[in-house]
Amino acid sequence: MLKDQDRIFQNLYNDLGSDLISCQRRGDWIKTKEIIAKGREWIIEEIKNSQLRGRGGAGFPTGLKWSFAPKEVGNRPHYLVINADESEPGTCKDRDILRFEPHKLIEGCLIASYAVQAKVCYIYIRGEYFIDGQKLQAAIDEAYEKNLIGKNAAGTGWDLDIYIHYGAGAYICGEETALLESLEGNKGQPRLKPPFPALIGLYGCPTIINNVETIAVVPTILKRGGKWFASLGREKNTGTKIFCISGNVNSPCNVEEEMNIPLKELIEVHAGGVVGGWDNLQAVIPGGSSMPLIPKEKCETLTMDFDSLAAEKSGLGTAGVVVINKDQDIIKCMARIARFYKHESCGQCTPCREGSGWMWRMLERMVKGEASKDEIEMLGDVTKQIEGHTICAFGEGSSWPVQGLLRHFKDEIKKRNKFDPIIKKNKNIPYLVDQHLLDKNA
Amino acid sequence: MSLRRPAKDQPDKFEFNTSSLDAAKKIIAKYPKGKQQSAVMALLYIAQKQNDNWIPLAAMKYIAKFLNMPYIKVYEVATFYTMYNLSPVGKYFVQVCTTTPCMIRGANKLVEACKEKISKTESVLSADKSCSWMEVECLGSCVSAPMMQINDEYYEDLNKEKTIEILDKILKGETPKPGSYKGRTNNEPENNRKTLMELKNA
Repeated sequence: MLKDQDRIFQNLYNDLGSDLISCQRRGDWIKTKEIIAKGREWIIEEIKNSQLRGRGGAGFPTGLKWSFAPKEVGNRPHYLVINADESEPGTCKDRDILRFEPHKLIEGCLIASYAVQAKVCYIYIRGEYFIDGQKLQAAIDEAYEKNLIGKNAAGTGWDLDIYIHYGAGAYICGEETALLESLEGNKGQPRLKPPFPALIGLYGCPTIINNVETIAVVPTILKRGGKWFASLGREKNTGTKIFCISGNVNSPCNVEEEMNIPLKELIEVHAGGVVGGWDNLQAVIPGGSSMPLIPKEKCETLTMDFDSLAAEKSGLGTAGVVVINKDQDIIKCMARIARFYKHESCGQCTPCREGSGWMWRMLERMVKGEASKDEIEMLGDVTKQIEGHTICAFGEGSSWPVQGLLRHFKDEIKKRNKFDPIIKKNKNIPYLVDQHLLDKNA
Repeated sequence: MSLRRPAKDQPDKFEFNTSSLDAAKKIIAKYPKGKQQSAVMALLYIAQKQNDNWIPLAAMKYIAKFLNMPYIKVYEVATFYTMYNLSPVGKYFVQVCTTTPCMIRGANKLVEACKEKISKTESVLSADKSCSWMEVECLGSCVSAPMMQINDEYYEDLNKEKTIEILDKILKGETPKPGSYKGRTNNEPENNRKTLMELKNA
């Protein structure tokens, strides 16, 4: 287990209070000026040395992302945007940072803004977190009052304004370019990349977008050194991470742990074990709903980091661990996730807009045992036609969980759905044509 | 995508009152000059607050003029985001999360409670017209599932009995205490905390 002194979020459970004085007592806003005095090259280099990877799901190296910002500020200002549109089912880590560790985030914003030469920072918070956003706003006001942000922020000579922008209930706005569209006052529909936001982002200006947790760990990394952070976890998967363990466990919780922690330890030690005992475990979704589930056999030895989960054809994502035990109908669980994606598709790309609905309706029929045998393969085919054919990663996000279900629980679906196909496959006709017409002529 | 339609009965007129106007001006100041369109989401939210929790078409037209942008752009935004209510909802607007992490911890019991106490179908006002409920997608409070949101506040760690208690209160016009109904003030593992113990006992 990670030592307590190596935990970055000391106030994850709000034992110490989240006002400025309590935050300063546990180390926030200390040495900020000295860190910034070391210059932006040093900051970016140190973050690169720490091998910090983005905590929002994709796991992109943060130092590298910052280095993409133009070296000189031209006639277009730079922006820093913090993504607090946490909507991935199974994930609720950012909410605890917003309400319990706001000054870690604000201090991180100052350092990151300086590193990428932004003078304005927007924090995009999902609309449902209105109360938590207000707590952050109170912390921002406090920081302005003490001149920690604003003109000559914290005595560093850098000016920074931080504004909160609330979303209004769209999962897709967690995608960085959709978030920018939303910030500009449009529908949240993702943009094509390239151009990447680091060059053409908010209002057409260079913009760096980071997750809340990524930015909130930055001050501690710079204070304790990139080497310290890199010594936790393993190569390329370093540091600590807040894991959210939900579902059929005895004590669901958020906990900060070292990367590469065994999944079993996470569930058994921190979350009080699976309801009904470890043998009652059916499957685990390791990284938020869009990551393919992992069946029990593999959960025994699985370790939680970006690369080892990718090797299992899943991913760490946001580290929202959803535990599903044998009392649950696994097909129904996935059908509900498919419904979520059907509801949240932004409707821009046809494969995703139509396909997410197909997947949901097929899965709903599979839950009831009303699907025919050939539909199981057809469902797999639909996921393949969505994946990789959309502007943003939502296409992957919606089709991966279904693929995971098919990969590990195909027998379960087959057992339940035994109808013969409507058309026996003796003709080589693509199934997307009007099959009911063909049936009559046959 | 979700299906969203504006209400049939629409008021003819909408205008910001003075407090909304102040709030709107403050929000526009957050964005660079000429980029006032960014404020459209916040302004729609203000309009919704002012107009008993829903946005009439007149308000969209008003906001379009206010921000000097085409009406259709405001309409697009209002119909895209699910937190904008396009038809009247109750003074107490109950949203039950039923996405998988809540579902496997019994969110359907919360839905049952809403059906018994408020109205049989979602988005239909209760008999006294004070409440309405609907199922929503993940509200981002998965480790304290199942949960629901009433107006701005989260009610977490619920079961059917506790939900009925809460709904009884709002039907009487009271505002129940928000937060966890297992007594948690945070997302620590209940009765099983193993980390940061020194701070807990400090």
